[in-house]
Amino acid sequence: MISFNLLILVSLGYVAFLFLVAFAAERRAASGRSAWLRSSSIYTLSLSIYCTAWTFYGAVGYAARSGLEFLTIYLGPTIVMIGWWWFLRKLVRIGRSQRLTSIADLISSRFGKSTVLGVMVTVLAIVGTTPYIALQLQSVTQSIAVFAAQSGEVWQAGDLAGAAMWVAIGLAVFTVLFGTRNLDASERHHGIVLAIAVEAVVKLLALVAVGVFVVWGVAGGVGPTLDLIDASVQAQWAPVPSRWVGLIFVSGAAFLCLPRMFQVMVVENADERHLATAGWAFPAYLLLMSLFVVPIAVVGLDLMPEGANPDLFVVTVPLAQGREGLAILAFLGGFSSATSMVIVATLALATMVSNHIVVPGWLNARTPGAVVSGDVRDVVVFSRRLSIGVVLGLGYIYFRLSGGGAALASIGLVSFTGVIQVLPAMVGGVVWRGANRWGAGAGLSVGFVVWAWTQFLPSFGVDGALSQAVFDHGPFGAGWLRPQALFGIEGMDPFVHAVFWSMILNAGAFMIVSIVTFPNPLERLQGAQFVKIFDYSSGARLWTQSAAQAEDMLVMAQRIIGGAKAQSLFQAEAQSQGKEGFLPDVTPDFIDRLERELSGSVGAATAHAMIGQLTEGTMVSVDDLIAVADETAQIMEYSNRLEAKSAEQERTARALREANEKLTALSIQKDAFLSQISHELRTPMTSIRSFSDILRDKDVGGDDRERFAGIIHDESNRLTRLLDDLLDLGVLESGQVQLNLGHGTLAEVIDRAVMAAGADDAGLTISRRPANEGVALHTDLERLTQVFINLISNAAKYATTETPELRIIVRQTGGRCVVDFCDNGPGVPKESQSMIFEKFSRLEDAGKAGGAGLGLAICRQIMAALGGDVTYLPAQGGAAFRVTLPQSVELAAQ
Amino acid sequence: MTEKPLETAQSDASVDLGGSDLKGRVPRVEFLDRSAYRQRRFRDAASLLPVIAAVLMILPLAWPRDTQTQGLTSDGMIYLFVLWIMLVLAAFGLSRVLRFPDTKSAGGRGKDGTNE
Repeated sequence: MISFNLLILVSLGYVAFLFLVAFAAERRAASGRSAWLRSSSIYTLSLSIYCTAWTFYGAVGYAARSGLEFLTIYLGPTIVMIGWWWFLRKLVRIGRSQRLTSIADLISSRFGKSTVLGVMVTVLAIVGTTPYIALQLQSVTQSIAVFAAQSGEVWQAGDLAGAAMWVAIGLAVFTVLFGTRNLDASERHHGIVLAIAVEAVVKLLALVAVGVFVVWGVAGGVGPTLDLIDASVQAQWAPVPSRWVGLIFVSGAAFLCLPRMFQVMVVENADERHLATAGWAFPAYLLLMSLFVVPIAVVGLDLMPEGANPDLFVVTVPLAQGREGLAILAFLGGFSSATSMVIVATLALATMVSNHIVVPGWLNARTPGAVVSGDVRDVVVFSRRLSIGVVLGLGYIYFRLSGGGAALASIGLVSFTGVIQVLPAMVGGVVWRGANRWGAGAGLSVGFVVWAWTQFLPSFGVDGALSQAVFDHGPFGAGWLRPQALFGIEGMDPFVHAVFWSMILNAGAFMIVSIVTFPNPLERLQGAQFVKIFDYSSGARLWTQSAAQAEDMLVMAQRIIGGAKAQSLFQAEAQSQGKEGFLPDVTPDFIDRLERELSGSVGAATAHAMIGQLTEGTMVSVDDLIAVADETAQIMEYSNRLEAKSAEQERTARALREANEKLTALSIQKDAFLSQISHELRTPMTSIRSFSDILRDKDVGGDDRERFAGIIHDESNRLTRLLDDLLDLGVLESGQVQLNLGHGTLAEVIDRAVMAAGADDAGLTISRRPANEGVALHTDLERLTQVFINLISNAAKYATTETPELRIIVRQTGGRCVVDFCDNGPGVPKESQSMIFEKFSRLEDAGKAGGAGLGLAICRQIMAALGGDVTYLPAQGGAAFRVTLPQSVELAAQ
Repeated sequence: MTEKPLETAQSDASVDLGGSDLKGRVPRVEFLDRSAYRQRRFRDAASLLPVIAAVLMILPLAWPRDTQTQGLTSDGMIYLFVLWIMLVLAAFGLSRVLRFPDTKSAGGRGKDGTNE
C-alpha cells in the first residue's frame, strides 16, 4: 500500500524541482547563456500544453465512452501543424513584427488598435477558459483522492475543495513569480517555458510508461491488445460523420485560438524557423500521447469493476495492478498536464485582462496628460499579478460551483467551441484586408451569444441554467429559438449544432458587416500590414513629426519598460541618428518603434493611447489626412495651372519670335523691292532723259528724230505699264480690289484670253479640249481672263522650241475645277520654281522677257482675291501652271 | 543562396493608406533557376499537405459498416496511426528542404537592435 503522505512528499518535491528548473532557466537567460532555451525542441515541447489533464485523464475516459472519436482532438491540431507553412508562419511573423502580447492583442491591433475588441476577446477568453481551469483543478484533486482512497482515507467534498485551493494558490505563486518578472509580455518567459517543457517530457513519459505497461505487462503484447479491443464494447468503430468532421475542425481551430496556445506558439516564439521543426515534431508528440489511449481504456474497462470512472484509468489501472511507482509517475504526468496548462492559460489571460481591461481603465480614469506622472510600470505589474489571482480564483470558484461532477471531455468541448468564436475575426483579419472592426465586433458578439445559448448554458444540464421548458419550447414559447434546435432544425447532434450555428452566424455577421461598413485609416493601415506581412518589414508609421520631447518620452518609457531597457533603447536610437547621449531626435520612425516596444508590455491599444496622449494631437487623424489630401490636390492643380501658363507663354514667345522674323524678312523684302523698283523705273527714265536731251540740245535729223521719239514713246509706255502693274499689285495686295462679278463659261474666258494674248503671232500652237470647258462660272471674268492671258503669253515668251505648243487642259481634281497650262518649252528649273511667283523674279535677263517680272505675282494675287490659286505644276515636260478655280465656280457649274 | 526575394520585396513601409501595391516590388520573374523552382514546388507541397491530411482523415467515414466484423476499432486505429506516421514523415521531409525565403529580414526583433 502506497502511503498518501509519500505521494504528497513526491508531489511537493516535484513542485520544488519545477521551481528550481524555472529559476535556473531565468538565471541562465539573465546571464546571456540562453541559446538552448531558445531551441526548436524547447519550443515544440512548450506547445504540448495543448495536452492538458483532459488529454491525460480525459482521453482515456473519452475512448472508453466513444471509441476512436477522442482522436479528433489531436487530428485537428495535426492538420494545423503540418500546414504551418500556410497559416502559422504568417501568424508568427505578425506576432513578432507587431509585438503582440495575446490573441486579444492580435484582434485589437489588427482592427485599428481597438480597445473594445480587446475587451470582447478578453471576456470571451475568460468565459471560455475558466471552466477549463476548473477542469484541471478537478482532475488533480480527483487523482489525489484516488491515492487517498488507496491509503484508506475517503475524501469528502471539503477535502477536495481544500486540495484544489492549495493547488490553485501554488499555481498562482508560480505564475506570479515567473510570469511577471519581465513586464514585456512579448518577451519570452524562460522559466515558465522551460518548466512546461520539462512537464511535457514528464507527462509523455508517464503516459507512454502506463501504455507500455498495459500493452505488454497486462494485455500481453500488441496482438492480444488488438484482440482485447475487438472484444470490448468499443469493438466496432462507427463514427458519426458530422461529429467526426466537426470535432476535427473545432480542435484545429481551438489550437489556433486558445489563449494559452497563442501564448506559447506566437508570443513565446523565438525564431520563426522553429515552426519547421514543430511542424513535424509536435504531430509526432500528439501521436505518442494518443497511441496508448485506446489500449489503456480497453484494459481498464476489462479489469476495473463496473462503474469505475474511466477518466482515472491512467492512475487506477497501475494501482490495481500494484504498481505504485508507475501510479505515482502517472499522477505526476497528470499533475504536469494540469499545472502547465493552468500556468500558461493564467498568464495569457492575466496579460489580456491587464492590457485590455485594467490598464486602459486606469488610463481613462486619469486626466489626459497626467499619464506620465504616474508610475505605469507598477500599475501594469500589479494589475497583471492581480489578474493572475483573479483568473485562478474564477477557476476555483467555477470548480466549487460545478461540484466537479460533469465528465471531463464535455467541459473541454464547451470551452473549445467558446474560444474558436475568435477564429473568423482572426483568420479574416490575417487574410482579408476588407475585414474591419465593426465586422469583427459583430462576428464576435453573434458567435458568443449563439455559443452561450446553444452550448454553454445547456452544458449546465436540464434545469441547470435553462429550464426543461426552454429546451422543449424555446424561450417565451419561441420554438425556433430552442437551444438545441435553432430555426427549428432538429435532430442535429447538440455539439455539431452549436458549432455549426455559432460559426456560420459568426462568420456571416463578420463578413456582411465588414462589407457594408467602412474602416478607419488606422485599421486599413494595420490591415495592410497584417495581410501583407511578408511585404512589409517595418510597421505602420502613423506619427508625424512630434511636438513631444524626447525627455518626456524617456520618462514615460522608463516607467513602463524599466529604466535600463528604456535607456538602452534611447541610446541605441540616438547612436543610430549619430548623436551622443540618451536623447534622440523624436522622429516618426522612433515614435513608431517606441510604441511597438511599449505595446510589447501593455498591448497595442494601450501603447497607442499612451503615446497619443504624450504626442498630443500630432497623431494623424482622418481630418488631417483629408486636409493633406486636399492640400496636395490644390498644389497639384496650381502646378498644373502654372504649367499651362508657362506653355502658353512659350507659345506667345514663339509667335512673337515668328512675327519678328517675318517683320525682319518683310523689311528686307521691302528694301529689295524698293531697290528693285527704283532700278526698274530708272532704266526707262534714263533712256527717256537721254533721248529727250539729244532732241533738245542737238539738231537731230528727221529719221533719227523719229526714231528717238519712238524710243521715248516706247519707254514711257513701258514705264506706264510698269506703274499700272505696280498699282494693280498694290491694290491686289492690300485686299481692296473691287471684283466685278459676272456669269459666263470657262470656254469663253479661255477664248478671249487666247485671242488677247496674241499667241498666234508668236507661232504658239494651242491645243484645247472644248468638251471639258463648258464649266459655268460666276466670278470676275475680266480678272480671270487677265490671269489666263498672262499664262499664255508667258508660254509664248518662254517656250523656245521649234514648234512651241501649249496645252490647256480643264479637269476636275479633288472636287475642284483646275485649268492646266502646259507648254513644251524648257520649263522652270527646280531651284527657281519657288521663286517665280515673287515680284520682279525673272528667269533670265529682263530684256528678253520684256516685262517687269510682275505678271505671275499679279496672277497669284488675282487668284487669291477670287478665292482660287495658281501654282507651278512640275514634271509635265515643260513649264506648266495650274489654275485652281474658285469654289463658287464649281457650285455654279453644278 | 540562390533565393532572391522573388515574390515580394522588403521595403520600408511608409504611410500607405489605401494599402495599395505601390511598394517598390521586384518584378515577377517568369523563369527561375532550378533550385528556386524546386523551392516553389516544395512550398506547394507544404500547402497541399494539410489538405491531403484532412481528406485522408475523413476517409474512414466511407468505410462499410454493415456487419459486426466491418469497421473495427482496431482497424481504424491502425489506419489512423499509420496515416499519422506518414504525415509526420512527410512534414519532417518538408521541414528539411523548405527554406525560409526571407530569413534575414525575419530576424524581427533583433533587427532594430533593441532586443536582447
